[in-house]
Amino acid sequence: MELFWLAVSTIAIGVFGCVAWFWGSNLILDRIYPPRGPNAGDNIRKANQIRPWLFLGPAILFLGVYLVYPIFDSLWRSMHNARGSEFVGLSNYAWHMGDGKFRESMRNNLLWLLVVPALSTLFGLIAAQLTDRLKWGNIGKSLIFMPMAISFVGAGVIWKFIYEYRAPGETQIGLLNAIVQALGGDPQLWLTLIPWNNLFLMIVLVWIQTGFAMVILSAALRGIPEETIEAAILDGASPWQVFFKIKVPQIMGTIAVVWTTITIVVLKVFDIVFVMTNGQWGTQVLANLMYDWMFRGTPDYGRGSAIAIILMLLVTPIMIWNIVNARREVR
Amino acid sequence: MEGMAGQKSSLVWAVNIAAFLLVLLWTIPTLGLLVSSFRDRDQILTSGWWQSFSAQEATGFVRTGTGDDAVQEDGQYVIEGTVLEEGQNLIGWGIRAREPAAFQPGETTEIEDGWQLTVAEDGSYRLTSDTPFEMRRGERIFVTTGAPARLTTENYDRVLTAEGLGRAFMNTMTVTIPATVIPILIAAFAAYALAWMEFPGRALLTAAVVGLLVVPLQVALIPLLRLHNELGIGKGYLGIWLAHTGFGLPLAIYLLRNYMVGLPREVIESARVDGATEFQIFRKIILPLSFPALASFAIFQFLWVWNDLLVATVFLGNTREQLVMTGVLRELMGSKGGEWEILATSAFISIAVPLIVFFAMQKYLVRGLLAGSVKGG
Repeated sequence: MELFWLAVSTIAIGVFGCVAWFWGSNLILDRIYPPRGPNAGDNIRKANQIRPWLFLGPAILFLGVYLVYPIFDSLWRSMHNARGSEFVGLSNYAWHMGDGKFRESMRNNLLWLLVVPALSTLFGLIAAQLTDRLKWGNIGKSLIFMPMAISFVGAGVIWKFIYEYRAPGETQIGLLNAIVQALGGDPQLWLTLIPWNNLFLMIVLVWIQTGFAMVILSAALRGIPEETIEAAILDGASPWQVFFKIKVPQIMGTIAVVWTTITIVVLKVFDIVFVMTNGQWGTQVLANLMYDWMFRGTPDYGRGSAIAIILMLLVTPIMIWNIVNARREVR
Repeated sequence: MEGMAGQKSSLVWAVNIAAFLLVLLWTIPTLGLLVSSFRDRDQILTSGWWQSFSAQEATGFVRTGTGDDAVQEDGQYVIEGTVLEEGQNLIGWGIRAREPAAFQPGETTEIEDGWQLTVAEDGSYRLTSDTPFEMRRGERIFVTTGAPARLTTENYDRVLTAEGLGRAFMNTMTVTIPATVIPILIAAFAAYALAWMEFPGRALLTAAVVGLLVVPLQVALIPLLRLHNELGIGKGYLGIWLAHTGFGLPLAIYLLRNYMVGLPREVIESARVDGATEFQIFRKIILPLSFPALASFAIFQFLWVWNDLLVATVFLGNTREQLVMTGVLRELMGSKGGEWEILATSAFISIAVPLIVFFAMQKYLVRGLLAGSVKGG
């Protein structure tokens, strides 16, 4: 209950503080440069030069302290030793390059990058196309979209009930092994089955992300001009041809957006690996490896930060691409 | 023409079936968790959740009483008891592990010289001997039992009261609500400035926000943790609220700016001409009109913070009192105790709130996704 009041009062203070800042600073500005009286025009001009910064101030502060500063701080740390006391140049990076776990993580991240966006987009596209014209399509969409709301940890628990293993001949309580056994196969320890266990972890993320892809692609499919489709049908195109030769090429731009958005999620993937295998059995990924260096045993902030910076470098191309696109749109 | 119509309807059928299978495939995992959360541990450990609705057949064994429990009847030594638990019925029984259904209920067999064992249909057994029993442990009776399908809400009672999940639930709430509300406020003002105010550096700032959208938050963990320690904030709610605010801001500003840019220019211009201050315009015109975008972001941030594990682990700490629900789940998954029923139930409680939010406000979520990706990409 105390906690409840702490939360309520913090919300109140936080909200009140924000409002007080914006309202108060504006009031003070209007006092200093009153928009009436002899110098009204001049005052309004001056006030209008300052006001944007009052509106932007807290945001810039937060972005600066919580996102920009850490990038440079991490860069600095990545070139220092474990405790940050001695400059070591690029040796942390060099060390990682020779480290088996790091290479494994890079390889796995690459695999995730190839498999998850591709499968999510593919299933999303299929789901969008299939459900779009059905009477119960919206319910179907909701259900496929639903995993988006589930935490990666929750998803880990959910899929544990699918991948669970019991010795051959026993009653299987994991759905996958039950099916395998019913079909006459031998149950497997899916999560320790190198190298396929990576795929079984990826499926969890595909399950989560497909709904996202479906929603975006479904909107794009609806945006396709009817005439192009009608013309194709009149010309005798089969449904398959209409889909692959008329519809898909027209939504290529959206497919690229979906693909890159999922790519970013994948690069940062952490929770799923963290709770399901914790990087054992050849499933390590960069984000989890970084967590290991930073918080397990004796922390090594230098090597941990080096991985963080490598992650940052990996998303940079997408970042630049996004900025270029956004600017083109502003114009 | 008829042939074509026939083809069409078969295509419609194919689409319906394919869509149904896809939906089923995507729903089954969650359904499994939901069903499991209503089963007790024995059920979870001995059969798949998909069998919950049919009667359960299970095998096990029971030990008879020992010589001390024996009573004398008509010159015989007799040990009596039952092999069934409540709600079970006896399908068969045996005296070897390999044959747990060697005998029908009511049959009698001789286990050792002169020891007669009978197990009746109601589960009561009767072990008789002409001489006193000499055994330190009871004989094992292997049984094959059936139990009707049974679902229970006991897990929920137990998890919410005894297992500390109630506390974790409150912690998650405490983290989530301020971490959702505060960035909205800050972002709304910033987005308005970026969308409707003229000032040098506007384009640059907008580009910076787009760039910051994709910064992996892993980069920020160590620097911020150290910063918090140096500032005296340390690990706690204030720190995690600030962190989530910082991490959520780029998306908030981006979504809101994109939305506000699309608001009709005339409304804002005419308010300015009428002498409304920027603050009044913001409060009376922009905020109410931007409600859909505010709602979209609120849902995003709520889901993201509620479901987050990494930020909570790093900025809040891992003691029993500090754990949020994702943290509790992680601990339950890590421990090898096999407390499946606790795990399933806790997991379902932790995903129930986001699911409710999701189904209630899906419209805004979709709208936000579309604004965030189609436009922005």
